[in-house]
Amino acid sequence: MIADALAGGFTEAPVQSARAFREVLEAMARPGTIRRVVGALPPAPVSVAAGVVLLTLCDGTTPLYLAGAADCAAMRDWVAFHIGAPLVTAEYAAFALGRWEDLNPITRFRVGQPDYPDRSATLIVEQDKLTNQGPALTGPGIETANWLNLPETAAFRANRALFPLGFDTIFTAGDQIAGLPRSTRVEAI
Amino acid sequence: MTDALNDDRKGWMSLLAKAPPARLAALMPDLPDHALLRAPEVGAVMVRGRTGATGAPFNLGEMTVTRCSVRLAEGAVGHAWVQGRDKAHALRAAVVDALMQTPESAGLHACVLAPLAAEAELARAVRAGKAAATKVDFFTMVRGEDA
Amino acid sequence: MYVAVKGGERAIDNAHAWLAEERRGDPSVPELSVAQIREQMALAVNRVMAEGSLYDPDLAALAIKQARGDLIEAVFLIRAYRTTLPRFAASSAVETAAMAVDRRISATFKDLPGGQVLGPTFDYTHRLLDFALLAEGLPAPAPGTPAKPQPVPHVTGFLNRDGLIEDAPHSEAVPPDLTREPMELPADRALRLQAITRGDEGFILSLAYSTQRGYGRTHAFVGELRIGQVAVEVDIPELGFAVEIGEVELTECETVNQFKGSRTEPPQFTRGYGLVFGQSERKAIAMSLVDRALRWKELGEDFTGAPAQDEEFVLMHADNIQATGFLEHIKLPHYVDFQAELELVRKLRAEALALQEAAE
Repeated sequence: MIADALAGGFTEAPVQSARAFREVLEAMARPGTIRRVVGALPPAPVSVAAGVVLLTLCDGTTPLYLAGAADCAAMRDWVAFHIGAPLVTAEYAAFALGRWEDLNPITRFRVGQPDYPDRSATLIVEQDKLTNQGPALTGPGIETANWLNLPETAAFRANRALFPLGFDTIFTAGDQIAGLPRSTRVEAI
Repeated sequence: MTDALNDDRKGWMSLLAKAPPARLAALMPDLPDHALLRAPEVGAVMVRGRTGATGAPFNLGEMTVTRCSVRLAEGAVGHAWVQGRDKAHALRAAVVDALMQTPESAGLHACVLAPLAAEAELARAVRAGKAAATKVDFFTMVRGEDA
Repeated sequence: MYVAVKGGERAIDNAHAWLAEERRGDPSVPELSVAQIREQMALAVNRVMAEGSLYDPDLAALAIKQARGDLIEAVFLIRAYRTTLPRFAASSAVETAAMAVDRRISATFKDLPGGQVLGPTFDYTHRLLDFALLAEGLPAPAPGTPAKPQPVPHVTGFLNRDGLIEDAPHSEAVPPDLTREPMELPADRALRLQAITRGDEGFILSLAYSTQRGYGRTHAFVGELRIGQVAVEVDIPELGFAVEIGEVELTECETVNQFKGSRTEPPQFTRGYGLVFGQSERKAIAMSLVDRALRWKELGEDFTGAPAQDEEFVLMHADNIQATGFLEHIKLPHYVDFQAELELVRKLRAEALALQEAAE
């Protein structure tokens, strides 16, 4: 195991993970709002925000899929030491990390079963930046409308049609996160 | 790292994990400078048994475990996973694990590991001796059909 | 139906304060330390660890102190604490063949390799109250004989060699975990064993006893009962090899059960298995009897309607925390439900009385 993989975790896990969890919760509860998280320093090219989300939500019982450039030796070691999540293929993943083009085709991911809709994947989608410009988001947790620079709309509209099944999405860029749960309606553009 | 080195390391990590925390602290009161790669963290390990002792695994129940990882100033990295919730024990075990990969290993072996191993061995022997004293020596008096 | 009501905060605070005072008891009597409970109430500690499903003697002792000796309440505290712990890993399956035995007996073979080791047992005590314990004092040290710690072989291994007993084939299948996934029936044997080993000792004991009295009889002998320390080995992900990270005390019981054969299996001995945290021999024996009774289907036996054969009955009622939670919740406010019932009974009575009067 390369030594750098041993650095970059939470230094004070109980406090940092509780704060980060609150931010992730807020992001998912108010889809499209952009929030900041701190505390992780994962190996390149993974963002601070994606590292924080992984440290906060994943453990040895959440199979993880690393896509594209995120699937590098340094990152695999980092996950092994700090998180312990088993690395799996897309079909078995509870969480998946990568850029949108690397995660596609997204129909590979689990969307849950009618009796257990929670047995679905959460996608952590890395972007260059997050801005409140783009298709309008409406639905639970949004008073009128929010806007977010989504990589596309068709996939999220199709996902919304599966409700209560479907995957959930967390967008990350630098130290910013934004949530897009399966319940959110995405404007067609 | 070669298999033989791994076996040595497995041995001392296990010895440190099973050592009574107070005894380890007495043998190793001062710790050298170190950076925490993973601050001592309390969690659980699911202990598994086997059906019929040899068959398929099943989940027996969890046990508390504390783990810790450190890096010494000169770069050696030490890890510890120890039973229980004693953070100082995990930290001390991780530092000793790191030191065992430096030129100080021979001294540490003599001053820390060897006494711990001897004491563990003695404790086991005393317990085995008490068990042996309760072993039954059967002797047949009269068999029913001979009477 | 439940309604949210406010009020009672002061009453609750005062009840907690009184509970703390009652827990302490007469302050002129010295307070119990957690270490005293751990060392001198060790079997209660063991039971709380087994049913709390968390091996940590200090925590179990603390829970017993906090629960005023109510062991189910103590188990509840341990279960609640357990949920706050991150799960680092699962251990390799423990090697009970390598156990450092304190006790090892067999009811099936008198002279067996390793011998009959009685250990610190109540079995041959006369169950007479020992009034000497009213006074404090150290017991005389137990005698020891020089002995080399060495593993003792399992009894079932001997029978296995002759093909007289069913095999327990080795596997590395990942077992289901009822603490992570809701229990689904039919359960496989691994899931049943997990449910039983953390189940209520009294419930498992009674079920096992019912099989002995004829409700799903399994003709069990204790092939072997052993108690001792077993090392727990875990694969350390950052190292890529496994390390023994500690030791747990376990009680293991293997029953050898008479079996005349069935539609699918030849005549041979069959097996029941019990493995429990701590020195918990009653529970381990009971567990192996209930395990064996639940195996009727895979062995091609008949279902006789016995409770111990009924997987749904056994597994859904074994957990004393689930049971006590559901049982005790009926003491909590059900004012609205009861108002509805009251209305209904009043109405029915009025109708019945009216009919009666009309008939007269």
